Order: sequence, then structure tokens, then C-alpha cells
Amino acid sequence: MDTLVSQLQRQFRDYTISLYHQGFLDDQFTELKKLQDECSPDFVAEVVSLFFEDCEKLIGNMARALDQTGNVDFSLVGSSVHQLKGSSSSVGAKRVKGLCVTFKECCDSQNFEGCVRCLQQVDIEYKSLKAKLQDLFSLEQQIVQAGGRIPQVDI
Amino acid sequence: MAVGEVMRMEIPASGDMSVPSPELHVLAVDDSIVDRKVIERLLRISACKVTTVESGARALQYLGLDGDKGASGLKDLKVNLIVTDYSMPGLTGYDLLKKIKESSVFREIPVVIMSSENILPRIEQCLREGAEDFLLKPVKLADVKRIKELIMRNEAADCKTLSHSNKRKLAEYIDDASSPSPSSSSTHDDSAAKDFPSLKRMKAEDEKFSSLL
Repeated sequence: MDTLVSQLQRQFRDYTISLYHQGFLDDQFTELKKLQDECSPDFVAEVVSLFFEDCEKLIGNMARALDQTGNVDFSLVGSSVHQLKGSSSSVGAKRVKGLCVTFKECCDSQNFEGCVRCLQQVDIEYKSLKAKLQDLFSLEQQIVQAGGRIPQVDI
Repeated sequence: MAVGEVMRMEIPASGDMSVPSPELHVLAVDDSIVDRKVIERLLRISACKVTTVESGARALQYLGLDGDKGASGLKDLKVNLIVTDYSMPGLTGYDLLKKIKESSVFREIPVVIMSSENILPRIEQCLREGAEDFLLKPVKLADVKRIKELIMRNEAADCKTLSHSNKRKLAEYIDDASSPSPSSSSTHDDSAAKDFPSLKRMKAEDEKFSSLL
């Protein structure tokens, strides 16, 4: 008999694996999960929350800098991109980090159109990851509420 | 104990290593709020006391090195290790490292530099200035464990409460008992980073460090 808990656990496992296989997350996210325990049960959720706030702030900075038509400070944009690359790397946000690499190249070559494109992509990407992780955390909550344990998923 | 004094481990004369490790107090410096959160957790889970600050200037303030004569001596918690990001606005991690090594009070505190960029000249520059080690970001649990072991070994070796022969036996015991795990990272090239512990020992034995590089 397939209980609710085992159904949810399977969903959770499959969803987690797909996030890694589709390149949304990398092994640094796994490293963060290692740091979560009974004493710090919400550690991963807290870190990613800080990350998404950071994304919003940095993307805002980049947008403002790129908005200075005719007088864009590409080094300023570049420095925000560097910070975003760092924090995305620290949480395992693989696609966001990859976009930052391209974005940095556009800043370095002062490619305005390239920068605008990258900014749009990075904005879409972090929001997409945010929604996916919200779904993942929601599955965790459902499992716990149904009386089950969150399975360890080996990638 | 005075602020900045290197912690001494007291080892029973019988060489019994089941004494629980004294807690290291680590000052972590990083301008990224995400990285501060992660490094704090990495250190806490490794049984360290942690203080995080967001800049080199704040770090100097905390240590009482910012020229404000009234600040020093107020901090009860001595710092056993400083872990700092390299690229920070204002004072870089390298600038902070230099200031610490210039201080007669704090120069003995080991300083570890973290960076997302694996730039060999940068690493060499930091080691030349006296950095204990260099961590490539993103920092993992294995990196922190390795650093902690390194610091504990150095402090045991420095321990002056032991007699010379006991110190030698302890150093041998530590070499046999501890098996430092290699960095678990397979996602970046840290071949430069692996050389640090041996470079540090060479520095201790031969002050003409720069000629070796």
C-alpha cells in the first residue's frame, strides 16, 4: 500500500534529482544540506532566503547602473556581477552562477546589449530557482506534517 | 589571558589524547551576507566559537587595532584564528592580513584567506605576507576541518607547558593519530592549495621564505 508519506517522499526524491540533473543546483547545495541538523533545521532555507534577497539587491544595482544611458559605469555593473557570482556559487545556484560568468564577460568588454540581455536572464533565472526551491521546501513540510522523515537523496 | 595571546593546549603528561579539544574562537570577515552565514555555520558545526564581521575595518575595530585606544582590552574573547575573504571593498583581506602581521599583539594569530579566484600570484602574495593557508570558495566542511586540524597542530607544537621530549612525543602522536582528509572538492582546481601546509612548515624552518618561491 502506497502511503501518503511514501508518495510525498518519492516526489521529493524525484524533484530533488531533477533539480540537479537540469543544472539548477550543484554539489555546493549538497554541502549546505550537510550543515543542517536538529539544532539548525532551517539552515538551508535561511541561506537561500538571504541569497534571493541578495539577488534582488544586486540586480537592482545593475539595472540602475545600466540605466545611465550614455554614461554606464561597466566596472560598477561588473562588481555587482562578481558579488552575485560569489553568492550563487556559495549556495549551489549553478545556472545563476553560469549566467554571471557570461555577464562578467559582457561587462569587461563593455558590451551594453550583452549586459542588458544577461541582466534579464539572471532576473528570470533567480526567480525560477526561487519558485522551485519553494516547491521543494513545501514538499519537505508536507512530509513532516504527514509524520514522515525527509529522505536523504544521493545524487 | 590577554587579547591576542595564542591559546595554549594543556596536555596531560601521560599523553592521553582523549581530552576534548578546547574551543577555538574564530573571527570571520566577509562582505557577503550569504558567505558570512555559511562560514559561520561551517565553523560552528566544527565546534568553534564564531564572530562574523562584514569588513576589514570592522575586524580591526573588533581587535582594537583601529587606532581607537579605548577599544583594546575590552574584548574578553581572545581570537585564535582569523578567516577573511580576499576581495572586499575598502580594506582587502590582504590589507587586513598585513595590518595583523604588523601588530605586535596580534601577529601570532593565524590568518586564513578565502577567495573565489584561484590566482597563483595572489596566493603567493598572501603566503609571503604570513597567511596560514588559502581556501578556494565555495568553502566546504572538509576545508574547515582541515584548517582546524592545522591550527590545533600548530598550537600543540607551540605549547610551552610541555617539556621538550613530551612535545616531540606529542608531535609524533599527532602525526600518527590524525589523518587529514584531502579537500573533497572535485569541482575546481586546488592543486595550488594542497601545497600550503608544507609551505608553512618550510617558512617556519627558514625565514628566507621568498627565495623559495
